[in-house]
Amino acid sequence: MNFKTIDGMASSGTGAPPVSSKKFHGQSRTGGTPVPPSRMNTLDWMVLLVTMIGIAAYGAWHTRHTDHLDTYLKGSKTTRWGTIGISVMATQASAITFLSIPGQGFESGIGFVQNYFGLPLALIIVCAVFLPIYRKLGVYTAYEFLGQRFDAKTRLLGAGLFLLQRGLAAGVTIYAPAIILATVLGWRLDLTIIATGLLVIIYTVTGGSEAVSLTQKWQMGVIFGGMITAFLILLARLPSGLGFSGAAHIAGAMGKLQAVDFSLNPDKRYTLWTGLFGGLFLSLSYFGTDQSQVQRYIGGAALREGRLGLMFNALLKIPMQFFILLLGALLFVFYQFQPAPVFYNRVEWQQHATGTNAVIFRALEDKHAALHAVKQEKIRVWLVAKNHGEIVAESIARADMLKAEAATENVRNEAKAALTAADPLAKTKDSDYVFIGFILDQLPHGIIGLLIAVMIAAALGSKSGELNALGTTTTIDLWRHFRPLAAHDEARNVRAAKWFTAFWGFVAIAFALFAGFAENLIEAINIIGSIFYGVVLGIFLVAFFLKHVGGTAVFWSAIVAQTLIFVLYLLRHRFPALDISYLWYNLIGCAACLGLSLLLQLLFGREIESKKLNHG
Amino acid sequence: MKPPSSDPTAADQSPGVPGFRTWRGVYAFVFAFFVLVVVLLAIFSRYFA
Repeated sequence: MNFKTIDGMASSGTGAPPVSSKKFHGQSRTGGTPVPPSRMNTLDWMVLLVTMIGIAAYGAWHTRHTDHLDTYLKGSKTTRWGTIGISVMATQASAITFLSIPGQGFESGIGFVQNYFGLPLALIIVCAVFLPIYRKLGVYTAYEFLGQRFDAKTRLLGAGLFLLQRGLAAGVTIYAPAIILATVLGWRLDLTIIATGLLVIIYTVTGGSEAVSLTQKWQMGVIFGGMITAFLILLARLPSGLGFSGAAHIAGAMGKLQAVDFSLNPDKRYTLWTGLFGGLFLSLSYFGTDQSQVQRYIGGAALREGRLGLMFNALLKIPMQFFILLLGALLFVFYQFQPAPVFYNRVEWQQHATGTNAVIFRALEDKHAALHAVKQEKIRVWLVAKNHGEIVAESIARADMLKAEAATENVRNEAKAALTAADPLAKTKDSDYVFIGFILDQLPHGIIGLLIAVMIAAALGSKSGELNALGTTTTIDLWRHFRPLAAHDEARNVRAAKWFTAFWGFVAIAFALFAGFAENLIEAINIIGSIFYGVVLGIFLVAFFLKHVGGTAVFWSAIVAQTLIFVLYLLRHRFPALDISYLWYNLIGCAACLGLSLLLQLLFGREIESKKLNHG
Repeated sequence: MKPPSSDPTAADQSPGVPGFRTWRGVYAFVFAFFVLVVVLLAIFSRYFA
């Protein structure tokens, strides 16, 4: 490795960080003008609007004559595995994936990748067990299968749990990118939510599942193109001579590249074991029983297409998440050689830097800048020692560098505390703003528009999959259940599906407009999912593997297991022993449902059966 | 519920992927790839630590 430029930096003798030719977006000294206007220019707006409206219009126009229920709910019968695979990926990868995950990599390192370790194993199980049965039965929703295997009440319970958790998550999906984009770009939050919400409603209602798959394919093209471009520009903006290898060594020494943690400590949120076991159950539940995913792969030309589409995801998902997290870790290195802000949500910071707070905030900024310069010097010393192979010097320099990092991190924590003192409702989580800040500060015009399009494309792609599934489940599992005669009128079914899809779209918009959400948005979605997924998975595992267990036993087991998970979640702060990683809720909920089903069937199975026979 | 699909299950027995005769082979390949990725990630972490 050649660190000549970094050595050269020190030779200036100032120890001061090199100042970027570009100023940070929104960064002004405390007491200065707050919230600057958007850095997007006409070219960016053209790129953004042409790609987003163009894809939506193409999807709506191309599928405007979709009037067969089968095509509307399952997509075209000619769909091949590539489209299915991309559709599965796009439904899972929301805008939060591309906003929050680089922030996770920046703040906590790439250990979050372990969250996806259970995914390939889960997809193999879905391919081998779930998918063939869904296709053989020709169901529109996963919950239809529960109705056939058990009874109507279990089907309604499964559909109800899905609608509840996915309906809640749908609000987050639309709110999460909107709050970040509105904050940094100065857009109005309500208009951002309404505009993106209406756009997705239009094409999803028009073309149903076929429009969802068609648009997701193009949206993923924009996403891949944009993210790879951002990654390459980031590499190019690293100090010359450092390169990828040098940056990775710095990130690694600062503890940002610990991808696999073998620790058995249950308090640790992301380890190999939580990823393998908790992640397996989360992924199995999500891909096997969540209608927003099931709907993506039960259609297609043949069983083979769905299977290959899922295997495509099993191969690519971990490398893709690694790439996004690595981007975040490299952003961390990038900001070591830049005048990094003390708090990355600079708009939030400036809004509270008024009156008496201005002095405190200014002092924190100055303290952080001084310590940041010291840290940069320590990094340089460490790089030199490492480059020269001086083991003892390298070890001492590494300790000094980590101490300097801890000192700057302490100031960042002080800044967050000052923000909370100024306003208890202030948002103190700033990692979601790191990547978007980089985009606006460092990327050229045109590419900024492309990257904003990436965020919105991801939001639309996942949102459309969710709305499509919510509309389908409401139509098939609720509306048709209570209006059985309507099942034979195909045109009426399609109309109902369109109305319900629009209904859920407006519910999501309303929820996003009026609800407050947890600060860490991606975790909020995963926590909501984990609370419900384990139990739903338990119901399906009983259905697939415990053939002798009946509907009544599994129904009441699911009710008890879901109550148990709620209790665990609500009491986690009161009893520290219950404060476990949320991924374990998947395993506990599933195990409780399975165990109780077996127990209830054993205890009351004969009684229930005999009652049924008597009533019969 | 619709009647069972006329999906020709027999025709789906072969994955139709060059080099793979059965789905079990595809699953084994995906599993092996996953193990390889985890091992590479562990090596990556250690190399840059």
